[in-house]
Amino acid sequence: MNRRLLLPCASAFALLISLTGCGQNGDGGIVIGEFASLTGKEATFGISSHEGTLLAIETLNAAGGVLGKKVELLTEDNQSKAGETSNVVNKLISKDGAVAVLGEVASSRSLEAAPICQQNGIPMVSPASTNPKVTETGDCIFRVCFIDPFQGTVMANFVTKSLKATKVAVFTDVKSDYSKGLAKFFKEGFIKNGGQIVAELDFNGGDKDFKAQLTAIKSATPDAVFVPGYYTDVALIAIQAKQLGLTIPLCGGDGWESQTLLDIGKDAVEGHYFSTHYASDAASPGVVAFVADYKKRFNGKVPDAMAALGYDSAMFLADAIKRAGSTDSKAIRDALAATKDFEAVTGKIAINAQRDAVKSAVILQVKDGKFKYLETVAP
Amino acid sequence: MDWLLQQLINGLALGSIYALIALGYTMVYGVLRFINFAHADVLMLGAYAAYFLAPAVSTVFPLPSLTGALIVTLLSVMICTGIGILIEFLAYRPLRQRPRLTVLITAIGVSLFIEFTCQHEAVFGADTKPFPQLLPVHDFNLGGLVIGSNDLVVVVTTLVMLAALWFIVQRTKMGTAMRAVSFNQQAAALMGININRIISFTFGLGSALAAIAGILYALKAPGIDPLMGVQPGLRAFIAAVLGGIGNLPGAALGGLLLGLLETFAGGISGLSNYRDGIAFAILILILLFKPAGLLGKATVEKV
Repeated sequence: MNRRLLLPCASAFALLISLTGCGQNGDGGIVIGEFASLTGKEATFGISSHEGTLLAIETLNAAGGVLGKKVELLTEDNQSKAGETSNVVNKLISKDGAVAVLGEVASSRSLEAAPICQQNGIPMVSPASTNPKVTETGDCIFRVCFIDPFQGTVMANFVTKSLKATKVAVFTDVKSDYSKGLAKFFKEGFIKNGGQIVAELDFNGGDKDFKAQLTAIKSATPDAVFVPGYYTDVALIAIQAKQLGLTIPLCGGDGWESQTLLDIGKDAVEGHYFSTHYASDAASPGVVAFVADYKKRFNGKVPDAMAALGYDSAMFLADAIKRAGSTDSKAIRDALAATKDFEAVTGKIAINAQRDAVKSAVILQVKDGKFKYLETVAP
Repeated sequence: MDWLLQQLINGLALGSIYALIALGYTMVYGVLRFINFAHADVLMLGAYAAYFLAPAVSTVFPLPSLTGALIVTLLSVMICTGIGILIEFLAYRPLRQRPRLTVLITAIGVSLFIEFTCQHEAVFGADTKPFPQLLPVHDFNLGGLVIGSNDLVVVVTTLVMLAALWFIVQRTKMGTAMRAVSFNQQAAALMGININRIISFTFGLGSALAAIAGILYALKAPGIDPLMGVQPGLRAFIAAVLGGIGNLPGAALGGLLLGLLETFAGGISGLSNYRDGIAFAILILILLFKPAGLLGKATVEKV
């Protein structure tokens, strides 16, 4: 009975809050909810984006807050698990009275939160979920990152033009919406470029043995392999590919970018390529300032793309609240939808009719145990 | 043709690990007639023990080296043996006289307890940790075929362990006592066998096997997390059933078969999505025709 009553109750409560326009707690701050994978399989993503968000909120509050009020960030951990997200998002909206929700990196879990936010009329901004379906949920759902059709096309063009590959194998994580989406758009783009997909293999995220599939890939003699997975799986895939004597480049998407990829993969991930949102060694003034601030706040740690996007998601939301001039969820939503030319760390953002960010991507290569900036691709 | 042989090698290497884990399941079952579900988690603890011990050991014996690897393994085995005996003492012994189902459910509870305690930030944390390279690695290239030294180590270790276990169970006094306990606990006790000691020994031995399997598994896929034991544990349990639970060579055979099935199913372009489905469908078929497992004896239960 609890379950059945939970959603209507939550929506009724949230409605009450938004109607009375007091989506703030006792001390008059603006409450923003955040859900992130702070522990579990994709923890490094969640921690990075959370740290970025935290830095943004602290920066905002140091400058006097938003609309003269302090911003209060309430963070919940979903442990990188399916099912946990709906619990924490319901709590953030109905119990804590968040006026907007930020989160998360993994598309599968953002897709879990999106219907809840939509139903309650609470705007949600995902920092880094690139699967197109996330914002298709409804008009309250936004993101500050590019989407997989763009990322997939960028990689398809890179593989065709820069790597001069004509035959490519695709190795997909069938457990992840992100991986399946990215693989699909890569294939479409690559075939349009005149390329040929010579093998399509699948794995389940969390698998430890990939040699069966990699042997099949090797026997198809491709020029490159597209592996749109997350970093823990990709590291093991790279190690076992190397053991099997598969020396062709592996390519992937932003799911690769994590120190853990380098820690586990070591020399096996050297020389491989992936597309992502920003490069910390880029020279633009926004990036330089952000990297400096982040290093100062988090003991010299270099911010990765997820940290930059986490920062951008909070700044983007704050910008919309300022333009809306109120903390009414509806007004915030309208302001978010009207965003044009917002100067984010990860590049200039415009929000299109699908509530996706239109912006550029960068391609990085693993070199000498570091991620090296290679090129920027405009939308 | 090359790829077929390569898949055979991949399958044997994977199957050997399943076999090694299955030996632990089947041995405990053989003596106590219950499935120790915490076996897969002791495997994980073995890998973590090695992960934490490796830096300390490498100050004396630089890693990767054979001596260093052996010492790390030995220490982890000792730790896991202790843990195995402790689990039996705390969780299973008080339930010795209860119905078997009670113990079985307790075993599931112990397994979940270990998994989720270890996922806590203050213990190991849920994120994947890079497992250190313990052994020097060399890939043997035989005209297009690649055999990794780690895979050879796995196969050899499994064979050695199978032989050692068979020897312990069939040729030593302890083994005779184990078999006696497995036949009839009360009668064994009347013959002057210390039941508690035999059962502790069985759990210690099973956990030692789990620790070795955990380290070998982590060498194969050097990213470890607190849930790393779940998947191979489940497979090994099924391998043990397939081979005829309680039967040592059967467990090894079941493990190898499962590894090969999974590898061949996983290597088919477009079908790799269904790798587990294909492998398990075949297993169900086998069990339909041989319900007691490949090498198991069909027993008639008297009511």
